[in-house]
Amino acid sequence: MPEPVIVANLLTKKFGDFVAVDAITFKIDAGEIFGFLGANGAGKTTAMKILCGLLSPSSGQASVAGFDVYKQNEEIKKHIGYMSQKFSLYENLTVKENIRFFGGIYGIRRKELYEKTDDLIFRLGLEKESNKLVRTLPLGWKQKIAFSVAILHEPKVVFLDEPTGGVDPITRRQFWDMIYEAASRGITIFVTTHYMDEAEYCDRVSIMVDGAIVALDKPSEMKRKFEGKDMDAVFLQLARNAKRSD
Amino acid sequence: MAEVIIKNIVKTYTNASVLALNNVSLTIASGELFGLIGPDGAGKTTLFRILATLLIPDSGSAKVSGFDTIKDYQAIRKIVGYMPGKFSLYQDLTVEENLNFFATVFNTSLEKNQYLIDEIYSQIAPFKKRLAGKLSGGMKQKLALCCALIHEPRILLLDEPTTGVDPVSRKEFWDMLDRLKNRGITIIVSTPYMDEASRCDRIALIQKGKILEVETLENIKLKHNNPLFAVQSPNRHTLIAEIRSFKNTKSCFAFGETNHVSFVNGIDDFELLKEYLKEKGLTDIVSSQIAPGIEDIFIQLILENEAINA
Repeated sequence: MPEPVIVANLLTKKFGDFVAVDAITFKIDAGEIFGFLGANGAGKTTAMKILCGLLSPSSGQASVAGFDVYKQNEEIKKHIGYMSQKFSLYENLTVKENIRFFGGIYGIRRKELYEKTDDLIFRLGLEKESNKLVRTLPLGWKQKIAFSVAILHEPKVVFLDEPTGGVDPITRRQFWDMIYEAASRGITIFVTTHYMDEAEYCDRVSIMVDGAIVALDKPSEMKRKFEGKDMDAVFLQLARNAKRSD
Repeated sequence: MAEVIIKNIVKTYTNASVLALNNVSLTIASGELFGLIGPDGAGKTTLFRILATLLIPDSGSAKVSGFDTIKDYQAIRKIVGYMPGKFSLYQDLTVEENLNFFATVFNTSLEKNQYLIDEIYSQIAPFKKRLAGKLSGGMKQKLALCCALIHEPRILLLDEPTTGVDPVSRKEFWDMLDRLKNRGITIIVSTPYMDEASRCDRIALIQKGKILEVETLENIKLKHNNPLFAVQSPNRHTLIAEIRSFKNTKSCFAFGETNHVSFVNGIDDFELLKEYLKEKGLTDIVSSQIAPGIEDIFIQLILENEAINA
């Protein structure tokens, strides 16, 4: 059995009296696509920050890519990729500059980085756009480039925070094709989304309500268990009674 | 009666190199809850800004409650409530101060129109002393809606009010819009979520500055009822690849656990595909003919539109 890539055991984060993350527990395997769902304010962002090594938990254990979230958070940062809708690329740099900038930050050596940059631009079919400023590109393209950049250094895990918000339905699915491709190469995908059809593209999903994980399973099992026709119905059923919202 | 009449509007940016709106015409009836549905970059915000008199089109015209958006912009500003997609209230004023400010600017008071916003305001009232910049996303959205309603507008323009909002809060927001509509307010709302189309009286599907369709949801479904098939198998990744490699497949897109497939020759090809997949060694295939949903239709229209442009 391979070691799980992400492990959380009773992971908890308190801000004063407020329990943002309430004893969450899960194991995620290499190459797994894990959907991390929950209402706004449920505690997803806080949990993700801990797993990315940006925030120390109050109690419980967690490790990412074999590194401990308390003691080795700098190592975690090196071994993960991260992308969100809010922060992905520098708008005032060109496509090529962005790829080289982020590749450099992740410590890819110059020669290899130049090869990888050309290779990536070719694979995305962006030869004509490679010297254009990112801000002139459509959102769908930016998101595809941002994802490719986030996995350029072949991390063990990539965290995707609402990666497809606002993107058209075709581009949204092309984005998921890229996710599948990365997962098939063994990269673990940890993704949040508000599109419930996307929840069904995940191998397993968890649903967080008021800081705690109230359900964790394969989407098909979850639909069966909660007798929902789709994940939207399951989500509404579980999250409707949330006390917290933002 | 028509509340909003948009005629042949064209709008370009950066020296005409970006075509934001490509000859858009729309008529929206009084009291209608009208949805503008399309992805980021479709031109939704540009259209809102023109209706809100904040932007002048290159050509074409728009009338709001009989007023021209260029000539009569002052009259329009009094009767329109606009909630931009980007949070645009004063971050360094409190919740209460923002509301009072907008009420005063429109020559009214919080007390006078409280009845309109009561339901929404009661949810943020506990935080009325908090700075707007310190509110969470959901509360900002509610405050912005209150500020857009404070002067009793005839028309409400809501630019992506539910983007990034979870399914439960999205449902609550639409319930709220239903109640505002029942008060006779005309509401134009944009969204990237296709499933919200069912909450609108009529919708316009918009992409790359062009309106692809304007209809009630029922009529859109009747009009674009092309044969569509759902095909599912536990081995989903191989399945998609194999369906796409089948020679008569027109399109294949993942929809949750299943895939929606259209063919050159409809049901005949469907039977051939099933044989084809068996030959390829795929097992436990579950498949059936289905009625296209709004997202299927939108994808189809995008593909057709792109084929025309290509």
